[in-house]
Amino acid sequence: MSYNRFLKSFAIVLVLAALAAAQDLASFEKRTTVKTLDNGLTVVICERPEAPVFSFFTHVDAGSVQDPLGQTGLAHMFEHMAFKGTDKIGTTDYPAEKVALEKVEQVYAAYIAERDKPVGRDDQKVKELQKAWMDAVTDANKYVKPNEFPQIVEMNGGEDLNANTSDDETNYFYSFPENRLELWAYLESERFLHPVMREFYKERNVVIEERRMRVDSNPIGRLLEQFTTAAFQAHEYHRPTIGWISDLNTFSATDAKKFFDKYYIPSNMVVAVVGDVKASETMPVIENYFGRIPSRPKPDERTTTEPPQNAERRVILQDMSQPLYLEGYHRPDYRSADDAVYDAIADLMSNGRTSRLYRALVRDKKIAADSAGFSGLPGNKYPHLFAFYAFPLPGHKPDEMAAAIHVEIEKLKNEDITDEELKMIKTRAKANLIRSLGSNEGLANNLAIYQSRYDDWRELFRSVDRIDKVSKADIRRVATQTFVPTNRTVGIIETRVAPPSADQKGGAQ
Amino acid sequence: MKTQLTRILLSTVILFGAAVPRSTAQATDWQQIPIPSLPAFHPQEPKRIELPNGMVIFLQEDHELPIIDGVARIRGGSRSEPASKVGLLDIYGEVWRTGGTKTQTGDQLDDYLEIRAAKVETGNTADSTTISWSCLKGDFDDVFKVFNDVLREPEFRDDKVDLAQHEMDDAISRRNDDVSEITSRESKKLAYGANNPYAREPEYATVAAVTRQDLLEWHHTYAHPNNIILGVVGDFDSAAMEAKLRKAFGDWPKGPAAKEEKIEFDPAKPGYYLVAKEDVNQSSINMTELGIRRDNPDYYATQVFNEAFGGGFSSRLFKSIRTAQGLAYGVGGGIGSAFDHLGIVRIAMGTKSSTTVESIEALYKEIDNLKPNPISDEEIKRAKDSILNSFVFNFDSPEKVLRERMAYEFYGYPADFLERYRAGIEKVGKEDVARVAAKYLHKDKLAVLVVGNTPDFDKPLTALGPVTNVNIAIPPPQAAEKAKQ
Repeated sequence: MSYNRFLKSFAIVLVLAALAAAQDLASFEKRTTVKTLDNGLTVVICERPEAPVFSFFTHVDAGSVQDPLGQTGLAHMFEHMAFKGTDKIGTTDYPAEKVALEKVEQVYAAYIAERDKPVGRDDQKVKELQKAWMDAVTDANKYVKPNEFPQIVEMNGGEDLNANTSDDETNYFYSFPENRLELWAYLESERFLHPVMREFYKERNVVIEERRMRVDSNPIGRLLEQFTTAAFQAHEYHRPTIGWISDLNTFSATDAKKFFDKYYIPSNMVVAVVGDVKASETMPVIENYFGRIPSRPKPDERTTTEPPQNAERRVILQDMSQPLYLEGYHRPDYRSADDAVYDAIADLMSNGRTSRLYRALVRDKKIAADSAGFSGLPGNKYPHLFAFYAFPLPGHKPDEMAAAIHVEIEKLKNEDITDEELKMIKTRAKANLIRSLGSNEGLANNLAIYQSRYDDWRELFRSVDRIDKVSKADIRRVATQTFVPTNRTVGIIETRVAPPSADQKGGAQ
Repeated sequence: MKTQLTRILLSTVILFGAAVPRSTAQATDWQQIPIPSLPAFHPQEPKRIELPNGMVIFLQEDHELPIIDGVARIRGGSRSEPASKVGLLDIYGEVWRTGGTKTQTGDQLDDYLEIRAAKVETGNTADSTTISWSCLKGDFDDVFKVFNDVLREPEFRDDKVDLAQHEMDDAISRRNDDVSEITSRESKKLAYGANNPYAREPEYATVAAVTRQDLLEWHHTYAHPNNIILGVVGDFDSAAMEAKLRKAFGDWPKGPAAKEEKIEFDPAKPGYYLVAKEDVNQSSINMTELGIRRDNPDYYATQVFNEAFGGGFSSRLFKSIRTAQGLAYGVGGGIGSAFDHLGIVRIAMGTKSSTTVESIEALYKEIDNLKPNPISDEEIKRAKDSILNSFVFNFDSPEKVLRERMAYEFYGYPADFLERYRAGIEKVGKEDVARVAAKYLHKDKLAVLVVGNTPDFDKPLTALGPVTNVNIAIPPPQAAEKAKQ
């Protein structure tokens, strides 16, 4: 209802591994249906007849880790292209548009080849080819019905239409009134059956603006990019999801389509639908539409294993911003037997005003405005980082944050946590699970991701059992093996004062 | 605060921005797909109770999950704090809870609640303060007791006042680090006036001026049952809950009513306002002027206009500025409204430094274009379809229905405002939309704020007109001032 609803939807989301209470599993067993279609696509339907609406979540098990060499940002770029329509939606004359788009690709390839010639580049020719490319783009745009795909969704009452790309995966989602189920099945399946790479190069500029907003013009964005790049040297996590600028200025619509063909295959996708639907009626509709997506061989998704880190790494950003301290330690991926132990440590250290970091750094030492520790940087499908951060209060330095955080880490290694703390962690895990079950959007998200990651949505509920088994000794053992200096990468923002010449007066010149 | 920061740090994820007929054949065109009518849906209305002492209670049963949540909204917020103590309500909103009760410190409450995975939290807005709880059903009595103690007998202990002041100082010191924060703060000041109670900002000096006594006085002035609306939602029996609440609050005597606020607006002169920031490569552009109140009969037409002009993927601004011109990732805007005061007309976008002036001109072009090419019947149909077909999402959970009802009660709007809204939207026609666009969006009345790296602009902003430089330097704390002297 508010005019800025759309602007708000740019807010950052994160995929939280929700925790769960096993006693409710029985109720979900009755309401949840899973089916793998003949083409390999997995469908999860959960009946939640609270109101005449439903939400869906399409999870594609490919993210920026799968970006080809020299094409960082491509997974995210394709995500943007999945809003551009199909051969029937978004076009006035697809056969003619198809020819025009092929022309764009030919001219673009010639332009890039000349532009990037290491030796013997002809600048005049670069200019001509660039103009030919832009002319071809203008010609192809004649056939475009701009934004028709999202427009159909919005006109039909679609709510919270959006998508996101992370290092690990790509997700698409919105909610609809329940009478639009078949329309949704058509739109969502066509999106991945007949995607058309129209307006690709304009959209690439949109993505570059997104990079400027999130990374280049944001101190924390700048630090995180440098920090992650330093922490991972071999594994693909060292590459930014948004992409490096030279790659963004180079990759083509042809590259994006290739990426789609390779990774957007039914066996790499899970679609979850939650709401006022009946599985017996909905599954055939979904099967009817999504079953058309041709099955293709599963891509090779091998990645480079990050070798053990044997020396601390430090990234220090001198920035016109207040200070920040961040440190990360390599930990195994989400399938590790110790995953729940890391969850318990994160909860103990970070959750609320009883958390150890809040009490030590914020309440008692009064040196930080905020401090916490968490897993999942930059993803969790592969071995990743457990990170700690603190925002120093005015007058305090990042080094004090490091020292105070390390005191708390040593406590984890050397002393058992208390009975009350352990009980708190376990009770909270159960309560958090229950709280996560009350919305169609949240459930669709969780069911799809758990189904994809564990091949069984029930793991959403079992994750609480795993937390319940965590012992005091587990916490000491995992802290001792993980939080060691040689396994550490540090990222710091130190305040650089602006030179006095850049004053307010100079601004308007 | 913590959640938000954790989210920023974890932000490796990037956003993009019933009876269904069984079909055996797939449609090949979306327009062939039948849309059955949506079954009648009458969301359950909460039960309204008014206690003899004036406290209004809404009870909304929801038995899906074993949880009981509640929130009390109390009249009086930061718009009523003295100008010399801006930040008082922010401190109050935190220390009300962290400062504990007569019998327990805030830290003791933390331990007591967290072991039950429960929350009691306090907060503040421009016109009210809030205190809420969330708990598992089985812990209701334990947690409600804490809620009631904090509501009735807060202690505002000094150590937590001090802690809250430190945190405020930290937030002040960081307020120029993030472009979007600068833009939203400064554009609000332009729209409402720098000293307007909805726009002014805490400073080190106004935060330092706040004392424990101020917090106690605020509480004694406003926390009376006749100023409170309480909403409870969750897995309970309404009759039993009503009995408990009557017992808990029935003997609480009435107090003086919160005074009505008469707030003046002093918008900046139209023109260009610049914040020069050298560590960015994207300019943040915000055009503002005063908007409308939600009880304005034009509200419905402005909603349709907003949807068509700047509200979504199919809006004019998105299609033109983002999709066709590739000038922005974020772009949008419209005629803003608020329940009991004027909202802000706002058009916002971010673009690379070298297309700053080009983008402002592109936005102007869209505004100018509204006259020769008013929002068309087709655009209006799409906008209305979008609002009406998604209407069900306004009340698709008992908690949302409760929240709406509480807002209408708080602002004195009719209980069926949502129904009136639907009817109002349905009646909007092309002339209405053209009329409100002309009436509330004026190119020559906009204050245009740009936060950006000036040397890299395509043209100096002065090419568009006279430019006022906005000084965002943070006045240093008085202690530091004194030390310098």
